[in-house]
Amino acid sequence: MPVITPDPLTHDESQDYLWTLNFGPQHPATHTTLRIVLKLDGERVVDAIPDIGYLHSGFEKIGEHLDYDQYVTVTDRMNYISPMANNVAWHHAVERLLGVDVPPRCQYIRTIVCELARISDHLVCNGAVGLDTGAFTFFLYAFYQRELIYDIFETLCGARFTNSYTRVGGVTHDMTPKVIGQIREFCRNFPKTIRDMEALLDRNRIFVDRTKGVGVLTREEALAGCASGPVARASGVTVDLRKDEPYLAYADLDFQVCCAREGDSYSRYLVRTAEMWESLKLVEQAIENLPAGPFNLGIDERTAKPDKQAVYTTIEGTISHFELVMSNRGIKVPCEESYSAIEAPNGELGFYIVGDGSNVAYRARCRPPSFNHFALFPQLIRGHTLSDVVAVLGSLNIIAAELDR
Amino acid sequence: MSQTPIIDSLNADFAGLTTSEFRGQTRIVVARDQLHDVLRTLRDEHGFDMLIDITCVDYLNYRDATERFGLVYLLARSDDMRRLTIRVMLSEPDLSVPTVTDLWSGADWTEREVWDMFGITFDGHPDLRRILMPEEFTAHPLRKDYPLQGRGERHNFPVLTREDG
Repeated sequence: MPVITPDPLTHDESQDYLWTLNFGPQHPATHTTLRIVLKLDGERVVDAIPDIGYLHSGFEKIGEHLDYDQYVTVTDRMNYISPMANNVAWHHAVERLLGVDVPPRCQYIRTIVCELARISDHLVCNGAVGLDTGAFTFFLYAFYQRELIYDIFETLCGARFTNSYTRVGGVTHDMTPKVIGQIREFCRNFPKTIRDMEALLDRNRIFVDRTKGVGVLTREEALAGCASGPVARASGVTVDLRKDEPYLAYADLDFQVCCAREGDSYSRYLVRTAEMWESLKLVEQAIENLPAGPFNLGIDERTAKPDKQAVYTTIEGTISHFELVMSNRGIKVPCEESYSAIEAPNGELGFYIVGDGSNVAYRARCRPPSFNHFALFPQLIRGHTLSDVVAVLGSLNIIAAELDR
Repeated sequence: MSQTPIIDSLNADFAGLTTSEFRGQTRIVVARDQLHDVLRTLRDEHGFDMLIDITCVDYLNYRDATERFGLVYLLARSDDMRRLTIRVMLSEPDLSVPTVTDLWSGADWTEREVWDMFGITFDGHPDLRRILMPEEFTAHPLRKDYPLQGRGERHNFPVLTREDG
């Protein structure tokens, strides 16, 4: 079998002086499994042809065979550097289809874990940009803080990496005083590190030279290319779903939307850093105003499994538990379809779910932000040098598992 | 949020639109030959400048379904994030719609994914190749008649030796 080079153009002799370089699928700077075929004129990138699908695992097909609670384990593996946000996005969409609202305490808990996931995602993304442009210390600072966030998640739900924390109508574990204490401690100590990180890179001559003016995405290109999240906001598209269509507890909390105008790799870095400050503000406000009350929907709504105390001591609890776990019962969804999205760390993460009355989705489409961002990559890199590939790729924060699903 | 003025204006321009609403989301079903004009009108005259996603649903075993495929276009306005869903129903044998890559360049990959997964062709698309599946793959895996575990393709992948590379 011949080697397949994804080249839509026919062979052109006038381009014979160009050198073709395979970047990936295994390369330390791609950080995940993706491949770019670069056409180089010396150091200059004349064209870049992305080739994806190396991590395609049929997540959407699996979504048609797992029930609404089981599928949350698959969403963990989509964007594996912020799995909490994916869990929340999935069940947010399911609850929209069902037409139920989770109790206030659950909304606040989900807001807190979402914002912690955003901080950890931005730490990894910025850290990786730093690492690829030569700032190794910066990367270690970022990764140490990410470990602390994973410690919080471990105390909260027992899993560090693949949390599977949410359920239809609630979450698996309530926030205990111990977790709250851990989060407060993180909020106290994190500003010092983030100031150190800003001091390391914000005015670092090497970093600024490597990223400023590199990979410029204009506002028009961002809109036409369907960009979202920090990538779009760094180009002056002032869209943030947390403000524009407030979900969970965001309407009650005070925060700002961080935007930039330049649209280059450096401003994407700045937007992510600024968003970490805003996320920290959100976590602080939410943890101090955490409402009391149930953290799951009650027995009457029959969506979240009742706690063991209710199952063993009340007849309603027993019935509800059996109704939910029996394979021919489960959650009743309407024969309808709906789309619901949240502002994930990477951009708009939405699920288009078609229900057919059973407890398994008829179609579970995921709208991954990385997919549109990676499609923009060729136009961002054309004309830059080979060493800029990693700076642009890192600043887009491409997660191949989410890209290919 | 009411979308009534937009729908009234669209109804004045195009005949036979079916509008429905579910959980605050407005959906409009348009005919295949109206699709491109409706989307262009929405983008140019009503400010829906963001194409959030294009996806498809295979209604093979769905209750009361008359058409096989439903193509879904999710639009949004960047200034106030109002959303609108445009749907086109398609049945075999003619599974082709006009491309929207001339309106949104970002539709390129999303349309390729729909082609790859469902086998719907987009007329006028500049480069309609498979995107997630290997190029020599023949089926469209998200169709409902394709089994979850595949048809044995994974066991028969060609092996590339170092000499061929």
